[in-house]
Amino acid sequence: MSTTDSVGWAGTRIAPRPLVDKLHEWVTTVDHKRLGILYIAYGLTFLMVGGIEATVMRLQLIRPHNDLVTPQVFNQMFTMHGTTMIFFVVMPILFGFANYLVPLMIGARDMAFPRLNAFSFWLTAFSGLFLYFSFVGGYGLYGAGTAPDVGWFAYAPLTAKTFSPGHSTDFWMLSLLVSGFGSIGTAINIIATILCMRCPGMTLGKMPLLVWLNLVMAGLVILALSPLTAAQLMLLVDRYLGGHFFDTQAGGSAVIWMHSFWVFGHPEVYVLILPAFGFASEIIPVFSRKAMFGYPVMVAATVAIGFISMSVWAHHMFTVGMSAGGNLFFVLSTMAIAVPTGIKIFNWLATMWGGKIYFKAPMLFCVAFLFQFLVAGLTGIIQSAAPFDWQLSASYFVVAHFHYVIVGGIVFCIFAGFYYWFPKVTGRMYSETLAKVHFWLFVIGFHLTFDFMHVPGLLGMPRRIYTYEPGRGWDTWNFVVTIGVFFQAAGILAFVVNVVRSYFQGRPAGSDPWDAWTLEWSTTSPPPEYNYASIPVVRSRRPLWDLKHPEDPDWKYE
Amino acid sequence: MSMGAALGQATQAHWSPTNIFAPVSTPAQSIFELSLLVLAVVGAIFVIVSGLLAYASVKFRKRKDDDGREPAQVYGSSQVELAWTITPIVIVLVLFLATARVLFSVQDAPHSPGSLEVTVIGHQFWWEYRYSGLNVVTANELHLPVGEPTFLTLLSVDTDHSFWVPRLAGKTDLIPNHPNKMWVEPRETGLYLGQCAQYCGTQHAKMLLRIYVESREDFDRWIHEQAAAARTDDPSSEGRRIFERTACINCHTVAGTPANGRFGPDLTHLMSRETIGSGIAPNTPENLRAWIQRPDALKPGSLMPPMGLTDQQLDAVTAYLASLR
Repeated sequence: MSTTDSVGWAGTRIAPRPLVDKLHEWVTTVDHKRLGILYIAYGLTFLMVGGIEATVMRLQLIRPHNDLVTPQVFNQMFTMHGTTMIFFVVMPILFGFANYLVPLMIGARDMAFPRLNAFSFWLTAFSGLFLYFSFVGGYGLYGAGTAPDVGWFAYAPLTAKTFSPGHSTDFWMLSLLVSGFGSIGTAINIIATILCMRCPGMTLGKMPLLVWLNLVMAGLVILALSPLTAAQLMLLVDRYLGGHFFDTQAGGSAVIWMHSFWVFGHPEVYVLILPAFGFASEIIPVFSRKAMFGYPVMVAATVAIGFISMSVWAHHMFTVGMSAGGNLFFVLSTMAIAVPTGIKIFNWLATMWGGKIYFKAPMLFCVAFLFQFLVAGLTGIIQSAAPFDWQLSASYFVVAHFHYVIVGGIVFCIFAGFYYWFPKVTGRMYSETLAKVHFWLFVIGFHLTFDFMHVPGLLGMPRRIYTYEPGRGWDTWNFVVTIGVFFQAAGILAFVVNVVRSYFQGRPAGSDPWDAWTLEWSTTSPPPEYNYASIPVVRSRRPLWDLKHPEDPDWKYE
Repeated sequence: MSMGAALGQATQAHWSPTNIFAPVSTPAQSIFELSLLVLAVVGAIFVIVSGLLAYASVKFRKRKDDDGREPAQVYGSSQVELAWTITPIVIVLVLFLATARVLFSVQDAPHSPGSLEVTVIGHQFWWEYRYSGLNVVTANELHLPVGEPTFLTLLSVDTDHSFWVPRLAGKTDLIPNHPNKMWVEPRETGLYLGQCAQYCGTQHAKMLLRIYVESREDFDRWIHEQAAAARTDDPSSEGRRIFERTACINCHTVAGTPANGRFGPDLTHLMSRETIGSGIAPNTPENLRAWIQRPDALKPGSLMPPMGLTDQQLDAVTAYLASLR
């Protein structure tokens, strides 16, 4: 018996492992790096899906009275596009980065709860697939298989059985309910990891900014996702157990849904952008060759944003008919959040000031992010002036504004982070030329689409309309906006080609290609399963700077 | 950059009949004045900060003849950081106070007694207007007198809607179980366009608004005509009999006849309106006939069902409706 076994063992060692074994390893993995990669791959896949939905909408709106798709299909497209991009693209990608990077950056060997980590990922993964099953499995309003068409914030009473019979709304509701549990699980995991698993010497004040930003993000996830989850449960009770929370036909309140949704919805914006700030806060110093300017203030601003972001939600509701005093409170809180956000922009600028800036792809994306996030913040201030918002709310100006935040801010940072950590994750360098092609195509496409999208909003074009009347002065702007989509798509194509080619053919990157300063660059690329052969000990915020410059270490100044 | 240029051009009124920067009514004018201040402040910040960013990107880029040494490490500066904390706080306070002034002046404007009151009721996917005390009910096309305030009470019978005529006022939502108020005070006669601004279902896109601002005399004449009973050329017409014997009357009202439904638009003075289907097509007998035949063809998702009438019946009903002046 033992003889047969040893032959068998020897045999498996020599033959390449069958594909099914490899896949099995990925499905059953609890390794934070593999789960991080799974999250990111999952998010990128859905990025393509959400992008196709956006393209369908833009083709429909390329000219007035176009009839490429029916109103029903258009309404499904914007509902699915919004839901997908927020919950199944940006959140998973950012969670993926957090999963991959946080343990490495704090010198830990894994997340605090590896099994919860895997569970959270698979909840998210299945909830996204469940949402898309609605295209074939949901018998809704229009007889055939149908996707949700109530908009990504699904205002009551449109979601009531009266107005949305069939199951399309159920797919939306249950999918977000399940993915919400996944997100909360990941958030708890990130908090526990950061608070309990830092390596010796890494006090809270010595953590990389990315870790700080993810800590605040995770706190916000717990506070923000809970009301959304509660609201989904209330909607479930309304639709199936005879409840009347939001059922206005039976005396329910449409406004309570709005509050429940936006008390999630606005902190959610910061859930998405804080980790993106984290990428910028790591990349800008390294490519400017300077320490982060004003680290303590950056941390304080992050925490301030976290708190203030919980009190601004009803600026989404200035047209709902709140009292003047109520409106005024949200005007002030919304304007106030501009202060810590402004501090961040100034500190990034000051980090670049007097440095030696290397314009590699990650830095290019970060500089574009700075510019675009500045614009997004300023158009945000414009809308915080409630009377002005009575004109701008629910118009294409708002659509342009939040795409400036989410694409111009967050997605640009994600691409920056992707190129920055690609060598660490794969062990290979990406092609700088292709990355620059990606950058310029995407910048041109982004600005064609989203700069010009502001204008029809100012000229009275509401969002979520499947077609529009000629003679409103909207035609040319919409045409240009649609053209920009092709440039963005071409940029994404360059990105995909670059990733695939570099993964197989890129030159070996070595453990520290950027001459960087945080712990993840001290281990091999890709890192071994256990991350560090021996747990590192740090004395400053830039442990690798201390190693490389023993004559002038950071810990002397901090 | 391109946005700033676009904003400048957008301020010209003739660019669009729904341009928010071409106000002709008191609330829209107050908003416009606030918007100029906000845009000026925000524009100045944009120019300064993006200028600094551009300068830093050019000035501090790595040179070809770089010696490869690390630049001086600066960890922060309390004075500088204090400065760029306090300056934004001051700017925010200024913007907040300016906003508060306009917010109160528009939202809490005194309700002058005796002014015109109209109840606006949102339906999927059309507008109903009820003129309080004037015995006038109409749909989709709102008539208002010039130079005086009109107060609107906003209600909805189904989903959320939003009343937005950019040149007259900012938008206010129509929410079931949640009556809202807004007001306009148009300064020039003319036709002002707008549309529903809160997603309300399949045909949200074709829930258009037309506001006719008229001189007081024209407005009084219009009210007088609308308050009168239906005038039809031939009360015993074939079309009328078909209309009153099919389901039409379950949803539509023709004052003074058995038709008293409230689900669809009031048709008493249908031909006094310039458009049908909430502004989607000119109100001609041909369009009317096509609409009755298949509402879904003109407006997919419209809640009006096709009645399955024969060509002959269609002609008769169209003729009857075309006589409702």
